[in-house]
Amino acid sequence: MSLRYIDEFRDRTIALSLAKKIREEMVPGREYRFMEFCGGHTHAIYRYGLVDLLPPGLRLLHGPGCPVCVLPMGRIDLALELALNHEVILTSFGDMLRVPGSHSLSLLKARSMGGDIRMVYSPLETLRIARENRGRPVVFFAIGFETTTPPTAVLIRKALEEGLDNLSVFSNHVLTPPALKALLGAPSSEENPTIMGFIGPSHVSTIIGTKAYRFVAEDYHRPLVISGFEPLDILQSILWLIRQVNAGRAEIENQYVRAVDDQGNLKAQQETLRFLTVRPDFEWRGLGRIPESALGLRREFEALDAEVVFGLREKDVADPKACECGEILRGAKNPEDCRIFGTVCTPDNPVGSCMVSSEGACAALYNFGRFRLAGAIKGES
Amino acid sequence: MATKMIDMTHGSGGRSMTRLIEDLFLPAFDNPWLSAMNDHAVLGPSSGRLVMATDSNVVRPLFFPGGDIGSLSVHGTVNDVAMAGATLLCLSAGFILEEGFPMETLSRIVSSMAASAKSVGIPIVTGDTKVVERGKGDGIFINTTGIGFVPETVSLSPQRVVPGDKILVSGFIGDHGSAIMAVRENLSIAGQFLSDSAPLHDLVASLIKSGAEIHCLRDPTRGGVATLLNEIAAQSGTGALIEEEAVPVRDEVRALCEVLGIDPLYVANEGKLVAYCAARDAERLLEAMRAHPLGRAGAIVGEVTQNKGGFVQVRTSFGGYRIVDWLSGDPLPRIC
Repeated sequence: MSLRYIDEFRDRTIALSLAKKIREEMVPGREYRFMEFCGGHTHAIYRYGLVDLLPPGLRLLHGPGCPVCVLPMGRIDLALELALNHEVILTSFGDMLRVPGSHSLSLLKARSMGGDIRMVYSPLETLRIARENRGRPVVFFAIGFETTTPPTAVLIRKALEEGLDNLSVFSNHVLTPPALKALLGAPSSEENPTIMGFIGPSHVSTIIGTKAYRFVAEDYHRPLVISGFEPLDILQSILWLIRQVNAGRAEIENQYVRAVDDQGNLKAQQETLRFLTVRPDFEWRGLGRIPESALGLRREFEALDAEVVFGLREKDVADPKACECGEILRGAKNPEDCRIFGTVCTPDNPVGSCMVSSEGACAALYNFGRFRLAGAIKGES
Repeated sequence: MATKMIDMTHGSGGRSMTRLIEDLFLPAFDNPWLSAMNDHAVLGPSSGRLVMATDSNVVRPLFFPGGDIGSLSVHGTVNDVAMAGATLLCLSAGFILEEGFPMETLSRIVSSMAASAKSVGIPIVTGDTKVVERGKGDGIFINTTGIGFVPETVSLSPQRVVPGDKILVSGFIGDHGSAIMAVRENLSIAGQFLSDSAPLHDLVASLIKSGAEIHCLRDPTRGGVATLLNEIAAQSGTGALIEEEAVPVRDEVRALCEVLGIDPLYVANEGKLVAYCAARDAERLLEAMRAHPLGRAGAIVGEVTQNKGGFVQVRTSFGGYRIVDWLSGDPLPRIC
């Protein structure tokens, strides 16, 4: 039995030979520190047990590419305010419902308090909800990187076409290149080790293309390999990064050629910029306020901008003291370095956002890999 | 039947309720215990220890490819009793109906229950009907309770599971959950999935007859095989190691799970069982399993380990290891 386009990228023999090449080509005694930007890669690394195939001199730092993880508590509080104080029907993706805002309140808890919060698989499901509830305001709580942004733009266009004046969008869409810039611009130290190269986003790159990363090589002299999400993609990308580092090269390479080209998806880019525009700055969990790093609705569409319609004012809310999500999202700490990892903070009772989404580094380690921390014997008893 | 919809009088104990019983339930379930019209059923003496299990069914949609809430309510309880290695004696059925529920739909569901019970050869000997006001229920809920007996020579329980035991699965996993998800999410591929809803009492009887030293049987319903493995590990104080490639999953189920970002190990089954048995008897048990129509695709998928912390681990197809953990909340699709 085999699934085409899936099983080819999970082939055992090729995986083992790639792992062997990685071991052979690493310069002995040298530490290689690469960051996988995307939570999707973090998830795959733990899900397929890739850690077991990689030698100890190779350190993978988990990056901020998990949309649920990087959203600061202040923005979640605004969503809670929409649901509880403005009594809107709030729609969002499943993962978002479990992230705690202030006072450990999440949208899931707000729902049990009477908030009308509905999980959707596609933003466009909000259209139907708005149609069926013409007398009530319906807000789509939009989150995500460049991949999930075009569907939000389509939602806005369709709402306008249909004249659904009860529908609005609470935009929290964020951008990948500015976050990379923030990571690269941060001074390196003992606690913030230099990132020697990046495993670049796969799905995001289908939208923005390889051209969006040129600054990583040109301005910061680091290699970046755009990589697919399958295990073999990741192993091959690691090998290419090692080769670049060994040769002193800093180039943008595209391993994910089956889906990514230089220009990206121009139609999606146009549709996005027709309705959304770059904000002056935006607060990221762990990375602070980053200039021009997020998208809000264009002024001409402010009648559909939930922040304008409901007069939302963002407040700065500090993360819980014991939570290390900030450091983890910068790659400065590993999940297991956090004192509350796996004790106070678990997927059933998450304190920090990285424990909620399956793409969060903490959830990935907890769900798939924590037997290693417990000293449990790998595999055989 | 004169009325087209359930109304409050159908649960009030008056004439309408008696008519509902006489016109619908009695002819469908047709057996001497029910016909006696008592509030109870008096059962004859039986040999062996008694086994009892109960199950409430709230499935949506009510009808799905491969089954419906009626057949499911029979199979679920039959299987729970059968997992003790028991022979089934009888079932009870309790209905909670919502005011306004179409009589025709109820009739279809009751016929399906009757057909399922008949195919298992088990009478539905007593029942109850309640009606709740419109908006206070979700159409129909069905509770069934089953009684069976198990001979002194058969003892199946998680406490008997020990490190070294082999773990067998009786066929393709995730079929039921996939059928439900595909219909519920309105996926255009919905027609390709069929629930595996089936009564497993006969398969269990064949497995026991094989003479293999079986330590525990359980059916991986809600939460799938992953949840079952964690339950047994916790209850027996062991761990488990599963070979990912050995677990039988249909290509279409794998494909659906890839699309939704869900692991098939967590997807529900309604016609599969997981067997724990002494290592030396594993092949014999597998042979008996595959000889039965409901166990054709059975496989040995792993073994019980002594791992610290009761971890259930999977060895991935290229030799890496990961945990298969308890679920936290519903399995949700990834968002990007």
